[in-house]
Amino acid sequence: MPVMTQKMTKVFERPRSLADIEFTYCPGCHHGLITRIIAQVIDELGIQERTVVVGPVGCSVFVYQWFRCDGIQSAHGRACAVATGIKRVNPDLIVFTYQGDGDLAAIGTAESIHAANRGENITVIFINNQIYGMTGGQMAPTTLIGQWATSCPDGRDAGLAGYPIRFSEMVAQLDAPVYVTRQSLYDQKRIMATSRAIKKAFQYQVECKGYSLVEILANCPTSWHMTPTQANKHIADVVTSVFPLGDLVDRG
Amino acid sequence: MPKGMILIDKERCKGCGLCIDACPQHVLSYSGEYNQKGYNVTWMEDPDRCTGCAFCTLTCPDVTIEVYREISPGRGGNNA
Repeated sequence: MPVMTQKMTKVFERPRSLADIEFTYCPGCHHGLITRIIAQVIDELGIQERTVVVGPVGCSVFVYQWFRCDGIQSAHGRACAVATGIKRVNPDLIVFTYQGDGDLAAIGTAESIHAANRGENITVIFINNQIYGMTGGQMAPTTLIGQWATSCPDGRDAGLAGYPIRFSEMVAQLDAPVYVTRQSLYDQKRIMATSRAIKKAFQYQVECKGYSLVEILANCPTSWHMTPTQANKHIADVVTSVFPLGDLVDRG
Repeated sequence: MPKGMILIDKERCKGCGLCIDACPQHVLSYSGEYNQKGYNVTWMEDPDRCTGCAFCTLTCPDVTIEVYREISPGRGGNNA
């Protein structure tokens, strides 16, 4: 067994803003990692007392339980509309939404696009795993061409179901957003870059600069029928060629 | 080389293996021991090689790992 010596210092522990409740996610799912990163950013910025999370519908439906801050559960896809209301009534609060691709890029497209176009001073965390995880792996608007899903058993066909939506590029065309970026979590370097991007997005909101969107390419080992290791490799090799990484807009 | 140590919350580990891939010193492996949920949990197979770099905890999706590191006097604390 490893031995603890007196000289040892704790260099990593559970963030204070993360509740001591176990995640309900599958093994290897990036949702837990993103939740931990956001909690760490809330700690670093010292905004726990005035942060509100707006939850989606999907695997992350219980997101309000895992943060030690206020939270509200919105109707499917309407998180940006709910966040707009909270932020306009209480401009001192730090409001962020946590949405998957089915929530933000499918049923909630109108609310998400118009919140971005109005330049609401909110932070949108967009978890793009290219599939509907909670309902059992159906095709999402972001599903890659040729990718298997239960509702496209021969792989997604562009003639039948169109092409994957690049939501961040759509939002980047608008004049209002101050920060739009796409990140991933397939290795340590990318995880650190994602932490910096989320911190920057929250920092811009604290400084009242306006709307920011952080898209994160996440895995779904269960619905992709891969091991977590294979899923990370799939993101690095395949997904990033369709959804290129990097900052699209930074007007901060 | 600094010395490190990690503590894994076995009941929260889901055995995804991402920490095993992440460890640059190849300290971690599956223990063959199963927790109450039936997951094969990770353990430190070769604890002497741990440098406390915290790569394992950076990749852990379930925040099960606490990292400790020996910090030599004068170098100051370096948070992961």
